[in-house]
Amino acid sequence: MSVVFRVLIVCVGLAIATPLAAAELRGTGSLGIIVERTAGAVAIVDTVNHSIVGRVGGLGDLSHASAVFSPDQRFAYVFGRDGGLTKIDLLKSEIVRRVMQAGNSIGGAISDDGSLVAVSNYEPGGVRVFDAGTLKQIADIPASLAGGKTSKTVGLVDLPGRRFAYALYDAGEIWIADFSASDGPQITRLTGVGKLPYDGNVTPDGRHYLAGLFGEDGVVHVDLWKTPLTAERILDGYGRGEQPLPVYKMPHLEGWAAGTSVMMIPAVGHHELIAVDSRDFKEVGRVATYGQPVFAVERPGSHQVWVNFAHPLNDTIDVVDTLSLKVVHRFKAGPAVLHMEFTPRGHEVWVSVRDANRVRVYDAASFAEKATLEVKNPSGIFFTARATRIGQ
Amino acid sequence: MSPVLASDTSINPARLTNMVRQDCGSCHGLTLRGGLGKPLTREHLERWDREQLVHIILDGVPGTPMPPWRPILTEKEARWIADMLKRGALQ
Repeated sequence: MSVVFRVLIVCVGLAIATPLAAAELRGTGSLGIIVERTAGAVAIVDTVNHSIVGRVGGLGDLSHASAVFSPDQRFAYVFGRDGGLTKIDLLKSEIVRRVMQAGNSIGGAISDDGSLVAVSNYEPGGVRVFDAGTLKQIADIPASLAGGKTSKTVGLVDLPGRRFAYALYDAGEIWIADFSASDGPQITRLTGVGKLPYDGNVTPDGRHYLAGLFGEDGVVHVDLWKTPLTAERILDGYGRGEQPLPVYKMPHLEGWAAGTSVMMIPAVGHHELIAVDSRDFKEVGRVATYGQPVFAVERPGSHQVWVNFAHPLNDTIDVVDTLSLKVVHRFKAGPAVLHMEFTPRGHEVWVSVRDANRVRVYDAASFAEKATLEVKNPSGIFFTARATRIGQ
Repeated sequence: MSPVLASDTSINPARLTNMVRQDCGSCHGLTLRGGLGKPLTREHLERWDREQLVHIILDGVPGTPMPPWRPILTEKEARWIADMLKRGALQ
């Protein structure tokens, strides 16, 4: 009897010891991916150690690629330019599934319950929605216009309640697709919202959807807590009387809408940010910046926004104080700064410097450079904490 | 490269190639197969001649996001880019 018991203990001990001994157990909360746009690959990084822990290639054309994460933060869904949708296992550094779902696409979103992945398409336009587990297509929502044409879609985000919002670039509309019922999506169309919406985003509380317009000076605002849904214009004619400059890179609204009391919105074609009160959406001031802003990302837990700029002034970063509306720090990070991503609680910021083949890590408080990673033509940086945030 | 351009020392092919792929590519796609902007593949550009392309590059297309690149590119550089695009040499 005692011999059997002893044998059992030994067996149990072995079973537990094996994975621990292999040192394979780890969490994913400090992981992230960096897009290597030219190589069609992503580097998997650990934000605590400032290290590259894996690399996954074979992802196609990754210009303008972006990613979202599964709720358990183990899997990344990467949206490529060429219509590729790839599910990557961050722990194993391998592709789980990959589909070519369209000819040309521009990003995507994952539903609040983690079950649906939606992709925004330029060719053939519209939005396609996939099962997050299998990547099997669940719905195809063409953005059909009068005359048989279709529209490119932009600014696709998740909304609470298994919904997605996006804008129709060619049609000037905002659509909300509601997947909460089992019998297919219910679509709400807001028409005539403005010319050429180029991007959209939702505030972190899930209440306000904002779409920037390229074809006219203004921003479209939808209060998602009101019924019926309506689109209203804010910041109408913000550049009135001024000749806009040529725009060599479209601004991105990711991060713009994140401001807690003040939002910083790009004035398209101008070297400035418009500060907007996030309760009544009225302009409270302007900030003169180094160039035409592309991203303005708020450092979590602070009143500072980091801003990068369009070509050819894209070697510089401005740090803007949202209380004083002043640039408090300006520095050169290197040729072609494409993206900035803060660690979840904002102590560091990672910056892609495309033409230097470097990602630089800065202390967000002191602005000191803390680490440098070699990454080939880096662009988007996405940390797994995005899995916990609405609209990311 | 054409003989005329080969003797032109003001052209920096590496810089221009990188600019077309990366910066034009932010709208037209890294492989120039299109995005928010139209494809810049050889097949797609057949309907335009070189001078039309040079005009579009330097002066943009009003009413669309295509900006005028005249503040950034010389006419020689725009001609070099138009030639290379027509040949599909930057894809």
